[in-house]
Amino acid sequence: MIRLERRPAPSRAWTVATPLLAVALTMVAGGLLFAALGKDPVAAIRTIFWDPLFNDQFAAYSRPQLLVKAGPLILIAIGLSLGFRANIWNIGAEGQYIIGAICGAGVGLAFYPSESWLVFPLMVIAGGLGGWAWAMIPAILKTRFQTNEILVSLLLVYVAEQILASMSLGLMRNPEGGGFPGSRNFQQYPAASNPELIAGTGMHWGVVAAFVAVIGAYVLLNRHMLGFHIRLTGQSPRAARFAGVRPTRLVLFCLGASGALAGLAGLFEVSGPAGQISIDFNQGYGFTAIIVAFLGRLHPVGILLAGLLMALTYIGGELAQFMLGLPAAAIQLFQGMLLFFLLGVDVLSNFRIRLGRREAA
Amino acid sequence: MDLSAINPVILIASLMAAATPILLAATGELVVEKSGVLNLGVEGMMITGAICGFAAAVETGSPALGFVAAALGGAALSLIFGFLTQVLMSNQVATGLALTLFGLGLSALIGQGYVGIKPPGTAALNLGPLSDIPVIGRILFSHDLMVYLSLALVAGVWAGLRYTRAGLVLRAVGENHDAAHALGYKVVRLRLAAIAFGGAMAGLGGAYLSLVRVPQWTEGMTAGAGWIALAIVVFASWKAPRVLLGAYLFGGVAVLQLNLQAAGLAVPVEVLSMSPYLVTILVLVIMSADRSRAAINAPASLGRRFHASS
Repeated sequence: MIRLERRPAPSRAWTVATPLLAVALTMVAGGLLFAALGKDPVAAIRTIFWDPLFNDQFAAYSRPQLLVKAGPLILIAIGLSLGFRANIWNIGAEGQYIIGAICGAGVGLAFYPSESWLVFPLMVIAGGLGGWAWAMIPAILKTRFQTNEILVSLLLVYVAEQILASMSLGLMRNPEGGGFPGSRNFQQYPAASNPELIAGTGMHWGVVAAFVAVIGAYVLLNRHMLGFHIRLTGQSPRAARFAGVRPTRLVLFCLGASGALAGLAGLFEVSGPAGQISIDFNQGYGFTAIIVAFLGRLHPVGILLAGLLMALTYIGGELAQFMLGLPAAAIQLFQGMLLFFLLGVDVLSNFRIRLGRREAA
Repeated sequence: MDLSAINPVILIASLMAAATPILLAATGELVVEKSGVLNLGVEGMMITGAICGFAAAVETGSPALGFVAAALGGAALSLIFGFLTQVLMSNQVATGLALTLFGLGLSALIGQGYVGIKPPGTAALNLGPLSDIPVIGRILFSHDLMVYLSLALVAGVWAGLRYTRAGLVLRAVGENHDAAHALGYKVVRLRLAAIAFGGAMAGLGGAYLSLVRVPQWTEGMTAGAGWIALAIVVFASWKAPRVLLGAYLFGGVAVLQLNLQAAGLAVPVEVLSMSPYLVTILVLVIMSADRSRAAINAPASLGRRFHASS
């Protein structure tokens, strides 16, 4: 007879070990999946996790991609983790990402063809504000009317996608683009572009922002009263109320911060790697960031590592698609599986497994 | 713009068909939430049902077998959620989200070979002279079996929760799992059954989309229907008849905006396409603003984890 015994406090060792265990289990299960699809499992896993970094042929291209993909994931996940810690669930980061990109790009396009150095900073501000404003919708509805923020933030993703379609087909369409959907390309507009800062590294302003966010979140959570309130609310909402935490302010802060960070991620993506507002410039980073946040145990440093790992699965996935003909959906499934295993093995950090009969109390 | 092209009789008739996927999924989720479990993976189970049903119907040529496969697929997927949340006691919100992400990936993988294929048709039931009655016949008696089955399932869930012993036990587990456990009811087992039922219903809803409503397979075709189903359960304040009302209200908005798009209303297409989501948000706000009602009707143990020895 196996039974579970609740630990008085989560085990520290297991808290660190469970993400690694989950990754290992996902590799095994993923290998089985790839074998079922008729691919060599070892080759597939190696193509995804090893070749992008160390293969002589691909690494030169793939390594910079690691930061390009990890930047937005980390930036969004850091914001989400603040809310998740306090049981405030913003799952509409994808929408805030899109709206941030649209607002920032809008500012940039409005100034075209000005070459002032002010254009890019203004775009950054507009991007952050756009994401913040979009996240304020669920936040205000939650604080004023107790509306469930999970559903509202998620439903707003679909609204944002429609706005994006409208923008890239209408208002923001490139007047010199021959009628094709999509805005002007920011990579050809230096004052508004977000270029690679150090050649060959993939480092752009969004990656810098992600590192700053990691440090900021670490300081906030460990050295600041607000961070303490966030952690307290997550662990014991009742105790938090007695300690004088104002839930309304916390909701506004957590949703606002995550929205602003997601908006920034969108702006940096659209002015850098993506280059332009187009119907499908968003790549689902807002949803993958949820996995990143959990895989990183909602801890800033963990999220940094988890973001890099998740970026690796994106790049490796593309490589495996190209080299082995592995379907793109298999990688999506692989990422979903990782979250499942992670949540499953989490039982080890909160519970002790006891074998044998239960003793009479 | 030509509003006269919109025929109100056909509008109401197609509203029922448009609402059916969401009605099925929301009814299933109602049972799950009544047992005290919050499964946010409805979207993932719906889309998995959609592709399982589509694939089975195409391979066997029988839509009926397709619907059976969809229900089984949805239930199987929901049991992953059940195992994680009930046995391994993971966080229900996070696990539900994982289920949606996983389901979207799984369905895309299964569906690769099925893009651009037409499924075998599902015929309307032949109700003889009934469907020839003017107006009412067209509205009520011209549908396929699944529309009537969905209505029967809502009625069954309503009666089952209200009048049967099993329904009473289910509600007891949802209101206070510790008390129910102390009375000797198998909390985990019951919840797993409720979760599987919810998964099967979501699967049926998804298959109705891919086999009847659309009918074809495209990636991500549920487009938020599962989330709207979750919102409808809140809107209905956990009561089956009002789930029906909510789903048909939503179906009405969805059909109306499609008709207005076709009629060429002087409003951008994007605004019309986002209207179902905006209406859902609006309805959620109205319902939750009434604080007393929302708080009383939600199952008291909703989303809380249950561990027998603590």
